[in-house]
Amino acid sequence: MEEKKTKARVRMREQDPLERARNFMEVPCGYTPDEAIEEANRCLTCLKPACRNGCPVEVDIPSFIKLIKDGKFIEAAWKVKEKNALPAVCGRVCPQEIQCESLCILGKKGEPVAVGNLERFAADYEAEKGGIKVPEKPKATGRKIAIIGSGPGGLTCASDLIKSGHRVTLFEALHKPGGVLVYGIPEFRLPKVIVEREVEYIKKLGVELRLNTVIGKLYTVDELLNEQGYDACFIVTGAGLPIFMGIPGENLNGIYSANEFLTRANLMKAYLFPEYDTPIKRGKKVAVFGGGNVAMDSARVALRLGAENVYLIYRRSEAEMPARKAEVHHAHEEGIEFVFLTNPTRFIDDDKGNVCGIECIKMELGEPDASGRRKPIPIKGSEFQIEIDVAIPALGTRANPLLTKTMTDLELNKRGYIAAEEGTGMTSKPGVFAGGDIVTGSATVILAMGAGRKAANAINEYLKWKYWDVSNLPKS
Amino acid sequence: MYKVLVSEQLVPNIHLLNIEAAEIAKKALIGQFVVVMVDEVGERIPLSLADWDVEEGTVTLVVMQVGTSTRKLAALKSGDYILSIAGPSGLPSHLEKFGTVACIGGCYGIGAIIPIARSLKSLGNEVISIIEARSKNLLYWQDKLQQVSDELILATGDGSSGYKGWAYDPLKEMLERGKKIDIVFAHGCTFMMRLISEATRSFGVKTLVVLNPIMVDGTGMCGVCRVSVGGETKFACVDGPEFDGHKVDWDLLMARRTIYLEEEIRSLQRYECQQWYFETAKAMKAKV
Repeated sequence: MEEKKTKARVRMREQDPLERARNFMEVPCGYTPDEAIEEANRCLTCLKPACRNGCPVEVDIPSFIKLIKDGKFIEAAWKVKEKNALPAVCGRVCPQEIQCESLCILGKKGEPVAVGNLERFAADYEAEKGGIKVPEKPKATGRKIAIIGSGPGGLTCASDLIKSGHRVTLFEALHKPGGVLVYGIPEFRLPKVIVEREVEYIKKLGVELRLNTVIGKLYTVDELLNEQGYDACFIVTGAGLPIFMGIPGENLNGIYSANEFLTRANLMKAYLFPEYDTPIKRGKKVAVFGGGNVAMDSARVALRLGAENVYLIYRRSEAEMPARKAEVHHAHEEGIEFVFLTNPTRFIDDDKGNVCGIECIKMELGEPDASGRRKPIPIKGSEFQIEIDVAIPALGTRANPLLTKTMTDLELNKRGYIAAEEGTGMTSKPGVFAGGDIVTGSATVILAMGAGRKAANAINEYLKWKYWDVSNLPKS
Repeated sequence: MYKVLVSEQLVPNIHLLNIEAAEIAKKALIGQFVVVMVDEVGERIPLSLADWDVEEGTVTLVVMQVGTSTRKLAALKSGDYILSIAGPSGLPSHLEKFGTVACIGGCYGIGAIIPIARSLKSLGNEVISIIEARSKNLLYWQDKLQQVSDELILATGDGSSGYKGWAYDPLKEMLERGKKIDIVFAHGCTFMMRLISEATRSFGVKTLVVLNPIMVDGTGMCGVCRVSVGGETKFACVDGPEFDGHKVDWDLLMARRTIYLEEEIRSLQRYECQQWYFETAKAMKAKV
């Protein structure tokens, strides 16, 4: 076959880096209908589409792209929604480069089809044109399911189970639903109106949402199952317990866990203080520790709060950073200063209880460790100091024990995560399923959604047979 | 949304709110708190549960006006709504028959010490309650506390009622006199709890305090409420709020409570100006 030259993908316009570094508006602007059709036309509509295998919730990618080609944008959105309840979110925050787009055949010779951008376009178009269609209510089964946590995993599981005809209640500890989508991912990556829109859709499907309800405090899982008549329970509470570094001076004023910093900025809208009541320190010189997406988000929020210098301090080199390439690129463009192969050793006090600097040590890379990444080793005598007024450790999170502490009959692994069977989310406790970060540790939005989908399937099976076999639980 | 059934000023600056919250009332345990967000633009603040009624399905909060959020709460009238209340949060107090106990309350803590005193009394303890205020017109609920105490001591900074001085003065005197006290519970401002802890330290009397660091979520998710107790970092919202007063790093707690002092002042000034503006505009309109 003659080799055709593949066209380059249609770029999505973005806000200018220097301008956007000072506002909280979304960075990419989205496709116009013409741009979307142009990009969709690049899709070869493969007979055996590989892209679909790369999507954890199995969106029928070629079919929805075909609809965009034909200008049927709203129908395209409906097609996506058959499999994915949060398309506007996924189109924005999924790491498509390692999922659907990584398997696109066009990627072998050139650039893959921009599946994420197209998904985002279709979902936004549908919402803008008011084309949101609520599928017909299925026959009621009379079963009740409790989902604990309204993050991406909980929302996906809820929308799947409601489509099966069950009564679904989504319990959320905070005053807003969405989990990491509202408190973690900043406005400029994922506007909160979009999360609200997708949650509204899930409510329209018939899911009951109970906010301000801390399971483990207000109710225990046993109460839900035994007293309130829930037939099954899905725990998808995430891994929201911040890790601090354990170095001197860590409790000084001005040192935030990334969770606190982002919760204040995103959920509580502290960037709009004093119109909103929650305050946040607007540091002039800010240090963020870590190399993941949360570190990128924290650094870019600090910049938008008016910092002159934001240092991103990472103990390995750029190649080992777990953050998405696109985010690292955005951070570079906006002027975040990367300090690689460096680790903080202590925080310096201004004698009034505030942090005024950090002492760091240079590192060099040694042999690969268990994770396959080269282990950083401190270089003796290479200590140096950086002047800062705000520090944000973004070193990841662990399992929050608030809920699991109240369940003595639930098996946990050594690090406090719930032991759950892969593929079903079944735990050691009959009727209780678990998924997302509370099982796997910090991962991605789409993996949590995949876990929600699998748990929904497993819960449907369980409700038929009430069968419980814990022999496949991972051993701790 | 949570309906305010009763809103009244107890004494200048201290306000009582009785709120419809049946589920929380059913689950509340002594020593626990709730996280309250007044309105859409509000912040989340922790408030101790001063009382609750399972049958009525209500909880009672005693709020001291110190900044924007507490000012907003105090401005609520009966029939108004609060956006969100989450809880009950925190670990409950461990109460048993200790022997002789001292329950000490200051400002908003006078309200919150009552359930503790009541329970200790019903468990067969000899309960000595001490409450403090700057002046006698700032003391409240003496009668309520009297009912659940064997002895009630009032302390006022200006000596206008009861003992002239602060709660730690009569406590210290009692201990110096050789009065045997088995345990002390203190609830109030950081300064008072610190002084109480200092007063009991040399006598080796166990002293439990209810710490009041800044909180956001109140579920252990962010760590802003971290305190140092016995050299270990603890999250007050999930590991506390009650801790051994002799092990608390008070300097750290006091420093961390001032993180947002400037912002709090700015926020309050703005709120006051707005209120003044609205009130004036309303008055003008009424005249015209």
